[in-house]
Amino acid sequence: MIYNMEFETMPREALEAIQLRRLQATVERVFANVPFYRKKFAEANVTPNDIRSIQDLRRLPFTTKQDLRDNYPFGMFAVPMDHVVRIHASSGTTGKPTVVGYTARDIKTWAELMARALMAGGADRGDIIHNAYGYGLFTGGLGVHYGAELLGASVIPVSGGNTRRQVMIMKDFGPTIITSTPSYSLHLAEVAEEMGVSFKDLKFKYGIFGAEPWSETMRNEIEKKLNLVAVDIYGLSEVMGPGVAIECKEAKNGLHVFEDHFIPEIIDPETLEPLPFGQRGELVFTTITKEAFPVIRYRTRDICSLNPEPCICGRTHLRMSRVTGRSDDMLIIRGVNVFPSQIESVLMDIDGVTPHYQLVVDRDGTLDILTVRVEVSEGMFSDEVKRLQSMERTISKNIKELLGVSAKVKLVEPKGIARSEGKAVRVIDNRKL
Amino acid sequence: MLVEQISVFLENKSGRLSEVTAILTEASVNIRALALADTSDFGVLRLIVDNKDKAIGALKDNGFTVGKTQVLAVEVEDRPGGLNSIMEILKANKINVEYMYAFVRHTGKNAVMIFRFDNIAVATEVLNSKGVAILNEAQLNAL
Repeated sequence: MIYNMEFETMPREALEAIQLRRLQATVERVFANVPFYRKKFAEANVTPNDIRSIQDLRRLPFTTKQDLRDNYPFGMFAVPMDHVVRIHASSGTTGKPTVVGYTARDIKTWAELMARALMAGGADRGDIIHNAYGYGLFTGGLGVHYGAELLGASVIPVSGGNTRRQVMIMKDFGPTIITSTPSYSLHLAEVAEEMGVSFKDLKFKYGIFGAEPWSETMRNEIEKKLNLVAVDIYGLSEVMGPGVAIECKEAKNGLHVFEDHFIPEIIDPETLEPLPFGQRGELVFTTITKEAFPVIRYRTRDICSLNPEPCICGRTHLRMSRVTGRSDDMLIIRGVNVFPSQIESVLMDIDGVTPHYQLVVDRDGTLDILTVRVEVSEGMFSDEVKRLQSMERTISKNIKELLGVSAKVKLVEPKGIARSEGKAVRVIDNRKL
Repeated sequence: MLVEQISVFLENKSGRLSEVTAILTEASVNIRALALADTSDFGVLRLIVDNKDKAIGALKDNGFTVGKTQVLAVEVEDRPGGLNSIMEILKANKINVEYMYAFVRHTGKNAVMIFRFDNIAVATEVLNSKGVAILNEAQLNAL
């Protein structure tokens, strides 16, 4: 089933004509309304009049996470605040989040794209959707929610956490679709088993999982343990939120990017040159319909490739491969974005703590475990064990408060952290995806 | 009156303690007393040595985190109730003991205990007023 047959199956030529028109309008708008873009365009010696074909997109400058941070909180908004009806935020690298805004029309567009995504993943009117993405500043919960309502499905806004209650709801309400992070779905399966609830007796047909990288192996495990068909969804708040791209349940092979709203590119993260289809590189997005928070050539740092081959589902939109890595050092821990520099600033803020640290990520069963190893310097050392233990607790508490992620803090000897070529190895990711 | 103890941060992994003793041996430092406090992840080794500057230098050169703390070396009668009489004095004066451990050598017929107090000045005054003998570094080194 296809939610918007006209746009999702549009012949490429017509689609590209629409893309060009929308791109031109977007470029004109950001040039007129966002001082940041006017300045960047001037530096790149390009004006809106230079965008005469889709290929001219390459003449436009890139936008980075740092640019968004520099314009915190509302500097990148392209409409006056009285047109903004919603604000979301995602975790940033220095404690300050990245703030995004939506006009009423943006919210409608987002709901439509999420409705398209849910339908591509197997949902329809009459389904009951167990939405276990977090509701709040994070775009996951509300993004799925609005799409589900537009689709006409019954949505259970269960959000994250309180897993035993979630199992009870799954048993009693009989939801047919689940939306969550892939790791949380496996956690749900474990807890259900502990409670003597079998997914075989539940009514789930499809699961739509995203907000963190996962693999085919994990898909097989989820499909087996939750007794459903699992598809991958992609999105990021800077571009919109969930519903930027979705895998169709028919092919389960790459995620269709909603190209009538976003133009994807793959670039070499070193040379910044665009790469041909099929080649792996950094994913870059330009939004072409967003009003409040348009982005021009936003570097996602996610590594994947684009596939132009026609799909058996009938959609004509390009498919992006699974995201297989990052071109920066960002980690995703239980759906939360964590940059090593954020941990560093937490450590620096604690008296006596030197920022020699290392992040170790393990997967214990289905949950990510973050361990922060901190070297004990003279400034923080004490002959009293209780002081050292309270230091560990303080660091852990501050990380939880600022980053929203639980971490186990472990004090280690100086030089306890391996250095390669003099540079400390900041991240050890032991998760097998 | 005060004695300086050195403390060393150790990760809980095999061979770390022997590394410390090997470094001190190499530096010809004699360990006079020691105590190890540990958690599941790390330990703190507290040492009274005959040459603390040399010990600290050698340990730091080998990458250990080393601290210095002032403690009291208190003479305790080596008989049933000997330590208890000291503890009674401390309790009566509401003095907190952070930790304590025994010194290896005796002074004649008395044992020596190393005490770490949160308020060492008050503890010294109280013990002195009760006639409890407190040893200085020179006296300890002479044992």
